[in-house]
Amino acid sequence: MNPRKPSAAVSTFGDYEVITPENKLRDRISNRPLAPGEEDPIARAERALIELSTEFGGWMHSECERLDQARRALADGGFTKANKEALFHAAHDIKGEADTFGYPEVAGPADSLCRLIEYAPDPTRIPPALVDQHVDAVRAIYREYANSNAEQLAGRLTRALRTVTDEFLVHENRDRPDVLEQIRGPSIIPE
Amino acid sequence: MVRIDFNRLRFLVIDDNAHMRRIVRTLLHGFGAREVYEAEDGAAGLEAFTHYVPDIVVTDWAMPIFDGLELSQMIRQPGANANPYVAIIMLTGHSEKKRVTAARDAGITEFLAKPISAKGLYQRIVNVVVNPRPFVKTKTYFGPDRRRNANSNYAGPERRKGGKADVIKQAPLLEKVRAPEK
Repeated sequence: MNPRKPSAAVSTFGDYEVITPENKLRDRISNRPLAPGEEDPIARAERALIELSTEFGGWMHSECERLDQARRALADGGFTKANKEALFHAAHDIKGEADTFGYPEVAGPADSLCRLIEYAPDPTRIPPALVDQHVDAVRAIYREYANSNAEQLAGRLTRALRTVTDEFLVHENRDRPDVLEQIRGPSIIPE
Repeated sequence: MVRIDFNRLRFLVIDDNAHMRRIVRTLLHGFGAREVYEAEDGAAGLEAFTHYVPDIVVTDWAMPIFDGLELSQMIRQPGANANPYVAIIMLTGHSEKKRVTAARDAGITEFLAKPISAKGLYQRIVNVVVNPRPFVKTKTYFGPDRRRNANSNYAGPERRKGGKADVIKQAPLLEKVRAPEK
């Protein structure tokens, strides 16, 4: 569409270069104040998301079904690379989307399942029942949103799953101090 | 408040999850963007990047064929495509320290952890437009300067990854304190 390459100023220091590309986006910056009646862009985007939210219940349902199918494929075919990745991606997507879809409590067990798969040095040693408990917890918490006690149920389930998962992971990684540090380390993402 | 003419920015959203693509597209259109292109995996994303030459790429990490990290490394190849300096915002459910460091070392410009928010996405976009960082090229890295803040009081070896050390010639603070005033 626009084949012209951006120009750049290059300064060389020892064995590295510092390159300052032409800022092609500078003229997109505007100091124009909002016109009377003009909505703040963040508020406008949030409103657009609220309008889209009528879809979210169905989307959450389909993500839970996808996780369940991945669990069944794993039970039938074992921890192959494809089955493992399908289960991880399904759980990982739920972890990232649950809050946006209006089901924040579903993210807890999905996150715990991601950790279980990611940090287990030998996935074939993961107890199948532990995978089932995570998937069942995700689906149960999603269902319970209709009954208004999802938060209470989610808190209990997530704490229990996380405790069992961490015990398993710490034992499995007992000779891998770098991994143990990651398992126990906090997130460094800024808000 | 600094504002941006979103209707003059071209976006490419790469995510294998159709729901998340729809959410990001909705937010971008809400900000005022008109040109939002989509791709559903890393390979299609690279093809779309070459074809559409976007101003800003918003990419997921975990994707089939090749992931967002590999895609970023392919984009950050000097001379290999139309814009190796393009702003890359990585939008991902990963938030562990090793992941953030790996993304930074792959040359991403901004990291945005899910769950996504309108404010978080808006701030990252404003930052890449208003405060673009210079790029650094070493034997092993090409991408935005990984040092976001310069420490004017730093004295010691220049620790650019993958190369010989240069020394910033600056007297240590202790010596400054001890030195008699002239």
